[in-house]
Amino acid sequence: MTKFIDLTLNGISTGAIYAAVALALVLIWRATRIVNFAQGGMLMLTTFIASAVINSTGSYVAGFLVALASGLLLGALVEVILIRRVEQAPPLNAVIVALGLLVLLQATAGMIWGNTPRSFPAAFSIRGYRVGGTRLLFAPNDTFILLAVIAVALSLAILFRATSLGLRMRAAAFQPEVARLLGVRVGRMFTLGWALAAVVGSLAGVLVAPSVFVGPNNFDPILIFGFTAAVLGGLDSPLGAVVGGLALGLVLSYVSGYEGSSMVTLAALAVLIVVLMGRPTGLFPAARERRV
Amino acid sequence: MLEVEALTTDYGAIRALDGVSLEVSAGTVTAVLGANGAGKTTLLRTISGLARPAGGRVRLEGAEITGRPVEEIVRRGLAHVPEGRGVIAELTTEENLRLGGLWRGREAAPLDEMYDLFPRLAERRNQPASRLSGGERQMLSIARALISRPKALLLDEPSLGLAPVLVAQIMALLRRLADTLALAVLLVEQNARSALSIADRGVVLNLGRVVADQEPDQLQADERLRHAYLGF
Repeated sequence: MTKFIDLTLNGISTGAIYAAVALALVLIWRATRIVNFAQGGMLMLTTFIASAVINSTGSYVAGFLVALASGLLLGALVEVILIRRVEQAPPLNAVIVALGLLVLLQATAGMIWGNTPRSFPAAFSIRGYRVGGTRLLFAPNDTFILLAVIAVALSLAILFRATSLGLRMRAAAFQPEVARLLGVRVGRMFTLGWALAAVVGSLAGVLVAPSVFVGPNNFDPILIFGFTAAVLGGLDSPLGAVVGGLALGLVLSYVSGYEGSSMVTLAALAVLIVVLMGRPTGLFPAARERRV
Repeated sequence: MLEVEALTTDYGAIRALDGVSLEVSAGTVTAVLGANGAGKTTLLRTISGLARPAGGRVRLEGAEITGRPVEEIVRRGLAHVPEGRGVIAELTTEENLRLGGLWRGREAAPLDEMYDLFPRLAERRNQPASRLSGGERQMLSIARALISRPKALLLDEPSLGLAPVLVAQIMALLRRLADTLALAVLLVEQNARSALSIADRGVVLNLGRVVADQEPDQLQADERLRHAYLGF
């Protein structure tokens, strides 16, 4: 029973990180109908930058904030410099550009920081809470992870649902041409969408780095898990991304605990295949328009 | 208010618009008629900046807007209600409406003014636009254009798919808007009879060219034109 509780708690904590990556993918998918395969590379780069800042200043907070800020900048730059040119092109062009960017980012990080993974500090203690004599597999740092992801998800929900900027962003995503006719500067909304997504991705990078270490290729599995979570949630739904992330975290935690950690990636891909075959629209499909 | 001069637009190898000129003054309705493929939609899309002209000019209140970005043209006071109504199905009625006035900030018309004009929309303000009927969607897209207090209003086939009673209501409304708000209305229609019933001027397009630009009475009296291009 203790094991089950431990695995559940651990699943929630890792699931929150998958949820953040899924959110990053969903934001970009909604804004520009592109699956951002470079997301893993982008959050890798910003986590490296955070690592460098923490090493030189000794301040976790400084590194954390720099990661988010550099994510914002990187996301906007990627959209303006690369993605804008392929937004109107066939979807495959954007996929190839994203994959090319991933390779470029990984190679660049390898040249600057080397290919040997380095450790990354956790924000808070990773010694589990003690409850009635036993130590849980859930530490103060897991609380931080959970709260950080919840805070981001809530801020995004408020942005999209309750502000006029969010209304413009949604309009630009759903119907760019109509949005332009209503005076929405659609290009700016897309840039902002990419920037916000990259911030969320950077957050996920910093949160997961203590357990996967920082290296050019160390974040690849996170992208696979995040992508699976996003598909599970329906790709179009931020709420779906969060639910999908938590569900996947739980499933993978149980698989890892009961079947062994070598099965985790396999299980994630199995979930992906089952969802795509059985319910390709995910748990929270986009609202379908009624034809009149 | 709105002047179009020798406007030419290509779609790939096809010349969709071939030297079209027309004028719409404030407080008047100009109907643009013609069969499918005559270039009516292309004309509106080129005026509002969605399509790039190959030649010619568009002026709004004397200022040239040819080939400017859509967002800028909208900000100069031109509203375009696109074909198929362009309601954003994923947003609620009220979100669609608010969206139309956002760029105007405080100078946009209050939502209540639009709800007074279209009481049906008030009843459905919090429903997703996907649940609206065809007539309600048409009202919403017109309200969404009006909320920014435009000077010129372009409409692409507002009668499409609507029952005759609704078509008559929409036409009467357009006439009233032109008269009371001094709007310049450019109305593209297949339903020539309805459009001419409220128009001050009728322009007939065929294969991208203007074949007639007359008062509605004259157009309707010209049997040859009517049979050849207007289908009644």
